[in-house]
Amino acid sequence: MDAIISASSVIAAGLSVGLAAIGPGIGQGTAAGQAVEGIARQPEAENKIRGTLLLSLAFMEALTIYGLVVALSLLFANPFS
Amino acid sequence: MYINTLSLAEVEVGKHFYWYLSDELTVHGQVLIVSWFVLLLVISFSILGTQKIEQIPQGWQNFMEFVVEFIEDIAKNQLGPTYYKPWLPFIGTLFLFIFGCNWAGALIPWKLITLPEGELAAPTNDINTTVALSLLVSLTYFYAGLQKKGLGYFKRYLEPTPVLLPINILEDFTKPLSLSFRLFGNILADELTVSVLTMLVPLIIPLPIMVLGVFASSIQALIFSTLAAAYIAEAIE
Repeated sequence: MDAIISASSVIAAGLSVGLAAIGPGIGQGTAAGQAVEGIARQPEAENKIRGTLLLSLAFMEALTIYGLVVALSLLFANPFS
Repeated sequence: MYINTLSLAEVEVGKHFYWYLSDELTVHGQVLIVSWFVLLLVISFSILGTQKIEQIPQGWQNFMEFVVEFIEDIAKNQLGPTYYKPWLPFIGTLFLFIFGCNWAGALIPWKLITLPEGELAAPTNDINTTVALSLLVSLTYFYAGLQKKGLGYFKRYLEPTPVLLPINILEDFTKPLSLSFRLFGNILADELTVSVLTMLVPLIIPLPIMVLGVFASSIQALIFSTLAAAYIAEAIE
């Protein structure tokens, strides 16, 4: 593999996971905060809130995972090497 | 690519145990072996659960009834109490197969069995498995919509306004894409994190990550089946 290509692939892989983690991080924080607020206001609804929260957290996590898939394909299945 | 520092653990991505069926047709053997194992497990659980059916469930029957009720809840929440029955087997099969695959990859020490090339792991960490599963979901929701509404099903592409037609068509492609990438990425990420950590610190430290992986992979199975049910519900509503 060309040195420039491998160097830029490694940088791009790091950036793609790092940048993809920003948005979902903020979103998950907001969602978890709101869920805690909801449970504090209505403790009897805890089970329902927990289920919905977990499901939506997984959706947000998927966005970071897309970045991870890009990073993995750059590292292990690079089309330009 | 192949990284091996301590020879205690190693990270392998993209290495497969190929089976050559003909000159052009090759399959990934390690994926097939583990998925057959999971199929065997799921089938034998079902047979054990239905062998002696009694009015008051005991033992295996009790456990399997709990599982079926859990899946019924997933389907009922998305599809509503009137329509969920015909789609229950499909959603249940998806859930049980993916759950079995994820947990088989996480809980069984496949490293003890060495293959000539590649290694045994969860079948869902191969993109081919997840793409196949998500294309099945696509076909199913098209079938569900066409069966319920006939050709009128295609009217939903013009809703709410005809301007959104390209986006509505695009959605049919992004649904299987995101379904397959979500499952594939999560499972592969879990296994990679565990193996990189085992490479750095072989004892105790990887344990919490492994527990997190077991939890996350069960959630992924739940998400996949919930989304499949939601897509079907969207098509027949």
